[in-house]
Amino acid sequence: MSKSAKIHDQSNSKPGKPAFATPLHPHRRGIIVGASDGIGAALAHKLAKEGYTLALVARRGDKLNELSNEINSIMGEIRTLPYTHDVSNYDEVPALLSKIVANLGGLDTLVFMAGVNYPPGGMDKYNFENDRKMIEVNLLGAMAWLSPVATMFHSAKAGQIVGISSVAGDRGRVGNPGYNTSKAALTTYLEALRNRLTRHGVNVLTVKPGFVNTEMVKAAQGGTPLIIEPEQAANEIYKAMKNRKQVIYTPSIWRWIMLAIQHVPSFIFRRLSF
Amino acid sequence: MNTSDPLLNTFTTLENFGHSLKAPSYRIQPQKADEIYEAFQLAKKQGLTVSTRGGGRSYNDAALNGGGIILDMSAMNQIVEWDPATGVVRCEPGVTLQKLWEKVLPDGWWPPVVSGTMFTTLGGCLSANIHGKNNFRMGPIGEHVIEFTAVLPTGAEVTCSPKKNGDLFYSMISGLGMLGVFTSITLQMKKMYSGLIEVHAWPTHTMKEHLSLIEQNAPGYDYIVGWLDTMTVGHGQIHAANYLHEGDDPNPQKTMQLESQNLPSRLFGVMPKSLLHYFMTPFVNNLGWWGVNTAKYIASLRKHTFRQPHAAFHFLLDYVPDWERAVGPGGLIQYQSFLPKETALQAWTEMLTLAKKQGYPSYLGVTKRHRPDKFLLTHAVDGFSLALDFKVTNRNRATLHKILQEYDRIVIANGGRFYFAKNSETSAETARAFLGEETIVKYKKLKKRCDPNNLLESDLYRRVFGE
Repeated sequence: MSKSAKIHDQSNSKPGKPAFATPLHPHRRGIIVGASDGIGAALAHKLAKEGYTLALVARRGDKLNELSNEINSIMGEIRTLPYTHDVSNYDEVPALLSKIVANLGGLDTLVFMAGVNYPPGGMDKYNFENDRKMIEVNLLGAMAWLSPVATMFHSAKAGQIVGISSVAGDRGRVGNPGYNTSKAALTTYLEALRNRLTRHGVNVLTVKPGFVNTEMVKAAQGGTPLIIEPEQAANEIYKAMKNRKQVIYTPSIWRWIMLAIQHVPSFIFRRLSF
Repeated sequence: MNTSDPLLNTFTTLENFGHSLKAPSYRIQPQKADEIYEAFQLAKKQGLTVSTRGGGRSYNDAALNGGGIILDMSAMNQIVEWDPATGVVRCEPGVTLQKLWEKVLPDGWWPPVVSGTMFTTLGGCLSANIHGKNNFRMGPIGEHVIEFTAVLPTGAEVTCSPKKNGDLFYSMISGLGMLGVFTSITLQMKKMYSGLIEVHAWPTHTMKEHLSLIEQNAPGYDYIVGWLDTMTVGHGQIHAANYLHEGDDPNPQKTMQLESQNLPSRLFGVMPKSLLHYFMTPFVNNLGWWGVNTAKYIASLRKHTFRQPHAAFHFLLDYVPDWERAVGPGGLIQYQSFLPKETALQAWTEMLTLAKKQGYPSYLGVTKRHRPDKFLLTHAVDGFSLALDFKVTNRNRATLHKILQEYDRIVIANGGRFYFAKNSETSAETARAFLGEETIVKYKKLKKRCDPNNLLESDLYRRVFGE
């Protein structure tokens, strides 16, 4: 925290607290759950640069603090606050959310980014333990955060929810049934929230990345065509947030690829090996 | 808090008067005094802070508490006792000035101090210790409070008057709602002999002339206010007004009826005024406003006298509903500075020249005459105030911020002060500079006594007095 004390000298923020929002120094308030690396870290950089004050939530405290300090020193003031939390500790969420909202001075945006990918280890392998972990993090973790945030935004008639799903949720495939299921369920949950909340002025954005050059891509079964850097994904997500889009693929070419894949008839799809 | 906590369903986006700030918070609307203490207990349990909100007419963050609990006092809005014989009225804190004057005027009384909008609540008026165009004569509203009761975060209920609990009386009034929550306010109204007020208007040509005419004329009037065209830095007009004396109004019973006071709801009898702010939008740019100012100046070239209803004279801000929306999505801010009469001319000349050079003139400047008062966080001086409105856009924020920082420096260097219902950018350092260390220590000490757990916090408090 010695670093943040130094930062304090250059801005109107107090040590450990974000800068005050004033009409001439406004900021949006956002939470990124799953921020420590990959797209989450890239999006944290991007949103901070675009004027957000962020709560960064992730499991790995050391990486998170490093990221938070890095962004704060680039911005020259405290614009991110780190919170260590494992999204499968559902019971922690309400108190943590309340604390974060108080520390940020409100909430405008929630980005749920946390996700794990534990493939079963082959087309003939089945692994309930892995499947369970993916559902616990990718789906239930998301629901534990999105449910209270949806309640708040519904009530406030304002706000934006961004859920990072995946192209993997568009079709059940031979390689990783558990991951496909967790993402398909998340996509459906986000769609349902969208249908509930749009009429109350809340935007729900579903992001479906293809292959992004992160830690997780190492779990990919087979090749990783059209791979992009996390920064590109973050830029595209920010653009979609700004335009209050509903569903985006990143890179956008995946929309057409997945459209084609979704229309492959089952009698062919069952014989494919991807 | 759990995921189905009812508090989540109270999450509300609240704004300041100028629509230039948004602060989502949990809004609780107490119906009676007991529920205020319940809210304190809830906040303590949840680790949240609490702040009050009345009419939400502050230009800054005084009635905002982003991420915390807002006690919306508007449901505690009963006039509990009214004695038309003595002019003493006891109200709940959510009573608006509108409700108050509409109650007392038909009986021949008027609130001794009012703000430029009638939608402020008495609780808010006391917390900011508002002044009117008669500050030089009547002081702030606090000088007309006979007694109030308040609930402290400790659960204690206190009754304060200038004689009883005097330290709390002089600090809770002006105290920004950070020491306790008003539950009952007793005020003395002023006797009226007419529903009309006699206004004299005349033009001024330079700021020097403007200020010296206000100073010379103020002693002869009940109210005085000036309009400065800050784009030309000099042209202006002065409106000075007097109450009518007994016998001046041939039919006071009629002019004091509400029908004689109501602001017309339609312009030229045709267009609903609720739509008017849309049509104003094209004028809210430099050229448009120059035209408006010039037209106003030409109209006032001739010195003239007219009578108008109290409501029309006082509540100019309410004349066009939602006028503050006309400035566009960035909203507006107001910068008001209070300067001693000896340094005002020099300081404001420097300030307006600076803004003009940067190309961000304020559109409207309003001048008033003031006198000091003995409330703890007082903004008043023996001198003048100048209130400048600025439109905020994405493009001008950075430059405007620099200009206002420079303004703060000039005001402090000239012995000036600021008002906590107006300026949105005042830093803790600036506040320390004009309030003085002693005042801040005293305020903090009272805060610790009334609110040992720091439950009462607003965005304004954190910005200006936060640890």
